[in-house]
Amino acid sequence: MLDALTLVTGVAALLLAAWCGWAAYRDQPTKDWHFIGMAVVSLLAVVQLVIGIVQLARGEKPEQGTTIFVAYLLGAFACIPAAGFMSLAERTRWGSVTVAAGAVVLAVLEVRLYDIWGG
Amino acid sequence: MTAVQEKPARLISGPGIVLVWFYGVMVVGAVSRSAYQIATDFDRAPLSYSLSAVAGVVYGFITYSLVRGGETARRAAQVCCAAELAGVLVVGTWTLIEPSAFHDSTVWSDYGMGYVFIPVLLPLSALYWLRKSRTPRP
Repeated sequence: MLDALTLVTGVAALLLAAWCGWAAYRDQPTKDWHFIGMAVVSLLAVVQLVIGIVQLARGEKPEQGTTIFVAYLLGAFACIPAAGFMSLAERTRWGSVTVAAGAVVLAVLEVRLYDIWGG
Repeated sequence: MTAVQEKPARLISGPGIVLVWFYGVMVVGAVSRSAYQIATDFDRAPLSYSLSAVAGVVYGFITYSLVRGGETARRAAQVCCAAELAGVLVVGTWTLIEPSAFHDSTVWSDYGMGYVFIPVLLPLSALYWLRKSRTPRP
C-alpha cells in the first residue's frame, strides 16, 4: 500500500515538474491550474503521511529507522506547499521554475522514502 | 534636509527565488541530517557530522541574507558563498585523497555527489547572481 502510494506520488511530482517547467519555458507564471495540480500532489503527500503514521502505529518498522522515516514524510509533505507559496511571491517564469524544482525535490524524497521503508 | 529611506535592493526577484528555494532545501537537508547523526552516534564519525553541521549553518546564513536583501547582505552572502565553494572543493578533494579521515559521508563528500552535485553548483550560480545584482555606486 505504502509502496504503491510512494510510486504514484513520485510520478505525480515528476508530471508537475514537467508541467511547470513547460510554463517556465513559455515564460509564464504559475496559474490557477498549476495550483490545482500542486494541491493534488500535496494531497497525495498528506495521504502518504497519514498512512505512514498508521503503519508505524500498527507496529511496522521502517528498515532505516523510524526517525528518518518520519522526517522524510514531513519533508515530502511540506515540499510542494513551500514552493507554491514562493511562486505566489514571484509572479514571473521564475516562480514556475521554483515549483518545478520543488517537484523534482519531492520525487527524490519519494525515492529515498522507498529505500528507507525497505521496499 | 529630509532623510531618504532607501529600500534595500531585492535579491530574491527573478532567478533569485530559485536560489532561495535550493538553499532552503539544503538548510533543511544538512541541518536535520547532522542534528540526527550528532544526536544518535556522534562518536562514529565526529569530523563528518561536524562538517555537515557547519555546512548547514553556512546555508542558513546565505538563505537569510538573500531573503533580507540590501547591499550589506549581498556582500555577506557573497563572502559566505565563496567560503561555501572553498569548503566543497576542500572537503571534496579531501574525501577523494584521504577517505580514511571520514568514517561516514558528509554533505560535501565527493563534491556533493550524494546531492546530485548541487552543493558545488549552488555557490557558483549564487556568486554569479550576486555579482549581477550589485547595486551601482552613486
